[in-house]
Amino acid sequence: METILLKNIENPNSAEISEYLKTGGYRNLSKALALKPKDIIEETKKAGLRGRGGAGFPTAMKWSFAAADPKFPKYLVCNADEGEPGTFKDRPLLEKNPHLLIEGMAISGYALGAEYGYIYLRGEYPFAKDVLNKAIKQAYEKNYLGDNILGKNIKFHLTVYQGAGAYICGEETALIESLEGRRGQPRSKPPFPVNFGAWNMPTIVNNVETLSNLPYVIQVGGEAYSKIGSKDCTGPKLFCVSGCVEKPGVYELPMGTSLKEIIYNHAGGIKNGKKLKAVFPGGISTPILPADKTDCPMDFISMPRHGSMLGSGAVIVMDESVCMVKVAYRALKFFEHESCGKCTPCREGTDWLRKILERIEHGKGREGDIELLSQVADVIYGRTFCPLGDSAAGLVMSMIKYFKNEIEEHIKNAKCVMSKE
Amino acid sequence: MFNETILKEIDDIKVRYPDVRSALLPALYIAQKEYGWLSSEAMAAVAKALDLPEAAVRGTASFYSMFRHRPAGRNLIQICTNVSCLILGAEKLVDLLKARYGVEPGGTTQDGRFSLVIMECIGACGTAPAMLVNTDFHENLTEKNIEEILGKYK
Repeated sequence: METILLKNIENPNSAEISEYLKTGGYRNLSKALALKPKDIIEETKKAGLRGRGGAGFPTAMKWSFAAADPKFPKYLVCNADEGEPGTFKDRPLLEKNPHLLIEGMAISGYALGAEYGYIYLRGEYPFAKDVLNKAIKQAYEKNYLGDNILGKNIKFHLTVYQGAGAYICGEETALIESLEGRRGQPRSKPPFPVNFGAWNMPTIVNNVETLSNLPYVIQVGGEAYSKIGSKDCTGPKLFCVSGCVEKPGVYELPMGTSLKEIIYNHAGGIKNGKKLKAVFPGGISTPILPADKTDCPMDFISMPRHGSMLGSGAVIVMDESVCMVKVAYRALKFFEHESCGKCTPCREGTDWLRKILERIEHGKGREGDIELLSQVADVIYGRTFCPLGDSAAGLVMSMIKYFKNEIEEHIKNAKCVMSKE
Repeated sequence: MFNETILKEIDDIKVRYPDVRSALLPALYIAQKEYGWLSSEAMAAVAKALDLPEAAVRGTASFYSMFRHRPAGRNLIQICTNVSCLILGAEKLVDLLKARYGVEPGGTTQDGRFSLVIMECIGACGTAPAMLVNTDFHENLTEKNIEEILGKYK
């Protein structure tokens, strides 16, 4: 498959506007500005584009809510707070293909009637910040951003906003709070950001990868775009594979490529000839799958039928030597640390789950700990403001579902059954 | 506390947002860059520059793990131990750093050369284990190459 999102990134100067222009860059912006905003939304609808941040919500539907709101100004925010453990798919776009994102944002801003855009970039990507700021400056100089884009009297301004190390700011309402200069705690919904977002105005928050699809949607049209991928989940998808594989990395493949194919055909299979044990298919916030459940199409609709989720497409591969208690304990340390503290089930529950897993990991597990883990996870699940609590609970539930014996052995033997000592 | 250049830099940021409070995170970054960490005085100066209550500044600053509330060493090692790095041996690297430099996570070496922070995912999972030293990414770390890399930071 020709690459669309990762096009030209082997070129060491791919982030330069001159290189981007050589490969047809910004032609799609010019083409889009000749269309009516509602026609762009219509093409995006035909394309079947879904948000790439994890939820998979249809992009055109989200847009149409904000576009229909009579309040102005409207804001377009790019979610570049890539923080889901295992996820590094947006980083090559930000560091090597920044003009694709800028062009995508300029097109989207025009479609929505938004004149101001912000890229909320995670604090841990200092290099990407410099690349983006340079690229934005170049785009202003060439009149692809500014008060009078391409002489069409269309305005779009873009600013990079640097986060400061809070995973929860990847959640769109927490992101907006942070953009407003506050603690990144999720808001209660409704109202939704499409009507009451940043500074209480209609706001669209889209992932980096989502917005980077826009130039191609305009280039080929919604219909042709929708032919890529699976029926209701279309387009190219970036899968980032890490862990115990021969060739970790970011792979651009059609949406719906099977998890098994990604691991074995693209990422080179399991490292050092070992056996596959388990996979997080879309980051640690998506339920873990054991080796025999990896024959599933990686898209937003199929994955829940196979007991997990597509998430960010962050495939974390674990071989037979990896201890599941250790992984679960580390994951829960993460969720506890990143819980914003706003709602009780998440704040208290992640701390409690971590404590139980910590004692099991350290050989001090008690009889009944597995049941206790289940109960605490049950109480968290579905009772939190945002999906962070569900993610922590879902991880524990899936660990118990598939690796109960291993946890039991850990408790019974008061040590890790995987350790070689 | 802030000189004219910094105040000008903060003023330039303010105009990019409909509400001045949005300039708070950028201003905190500027203060941290200038002084190395966010002292009470630095946060008070940010509050004054943005005309915000000091409590609002402290409340926001304390939420984010990248804002430092005590002096840091000359170089900041931010090493990831999240799942992708963990399964490829990040814990051993942390143990090595502790032993080699006599520093605990969250602490600073006696000579002030390094501060060590355990990071959540830094988006270098395909080249794990990985760390950021100041603003530089270092990936595919091993027990062998990590000391050589850190040797460059004085």
